[in-house]
Amino acid sequence: MPAFRAVFAALLAATAFTHAQAVEFGQVLADRSSLGFVSRQMGVPVNGSFRKFAVALAFDPARPAQASARIDVDLASIDTGLKEANDEVVGKAWFDVKNFPTASFVSTAVRPLGSDRYEVAGKLTIKGRTQDLVAPATFRQEGGNGVFDGSFTLKRLDFALGEGIWSDIGTVANEVQVRFHIVAAPRK
Amino acid sequence: MEPQPRYTGTAIALHWLLAILIAGSFGLGLYMHDLPLSPWKLKLYSWHKWAGVTIFLLAVARLAWRAGHRPPPLPAGMPRWQQVAADAVHHVLYLLMLVVPLTGWLMSSAEGVQTVWFGVLPLPDLVGKNEALGDLLQAVHKYLNFGFAALVAIHVAAALKHHLVDRNDVLVRMLPFRPRGH
Repeated sequence: MPAFRAVFAALLAATAFTHAQAVEFGQVLADRSSLGFVSRQMGVPVNGSFRKFAVALAFDPARPAQASARIDVDLASIDTGLKEANDEVVGKAWFDVKNFPTASFVSTAVRPLGSDRYEVAGKLTIKGRTQDLVAPATFRQEGGNGVFDGSFTLKRLDFALGEGIWSDIGTVANEVQVRFHIVAAPRK
Repeated sequence: MEPQPRYTGTAIALHWLLAILIAGSFGLGLYMHDLPLSPWKLKLYSWHKWAGVTIFLLAVARLAWRAGHRPPPLPAGMPRWQQVAADAVHHVLYLLMLVVPLTGWLMSSAEGVQTVWFGVLPLPDLVGKNEALGDLLQAVHKYLNFGFAALVAIHVAAALKHHLVDRNDVLVRMLPFRPRGH
């Protein structure tokens, strides 16, 4: 993923030069972070998750407006929560991972909402379709690490997730709630 | 021969309602389980679960009704072993009407899908998501159903034998209508 590496390197460089003394959380601890979602089938909420995703993050609590984040999700690592659906959703009608292996979110602005709450705006790209997104998030420090939590709801049909017979939103709801939990250590 | 008193209207209604729901859910279960994944399959699974919850509740209602309304006695001339067998089969049928839906509910929870009655009323998950337990409960659900089907076959065969061979009122007294001559 060269784009990912370039952004990451740029973030690193920016960090090193601009605020070397400030505490900036940027060392994402992948094994303590999670990216989950809740889909709804026939009125039944089902928990799913992505096992592999990369987060490039720069967040200085003293200067939240300068924060940035990029998340790249390895779509083949999906666990829908339904055993037999895992094979289905990587196929053409859903994520089409052969042609679109990665989904990405790139932040464009971070707005502090007071206390520990923030609003992250950015662009979400799935299956070659990009949509603007605004997600509320919280930040707290825990054991020297920064912990980010947030969720947002996307409409799966905006990204052509579930084409053909699956576009029936009476069975699988259009709304999918996405929840992220990111733990990052301060960058040395 | 004197006609036996009939079952109450409520008992007859519950019997046939449950018969239809149980036969329908059994057929649905056989049909749906190896369908390829599709919205249709998800719908069928939900309907099957809704029916299962309904069967459980109707079975409870039926037992409650039966507790206050003794069924008419078996024909006097019936051999002892047949009386014992009829009693045993009825007991196990009632038990299965309760246990089979329970195993379906637990199995669904273990597979990570909550049961939401008619898509509106969520039932609690008594067990957490657990693949091994899900597989086990699936097998239990399946074999209990095969046992259930075998007992229903015996139950139907016995009722027909009473009607056609013994020519007594055991079948007729549970029918929702009175055939001519009875």
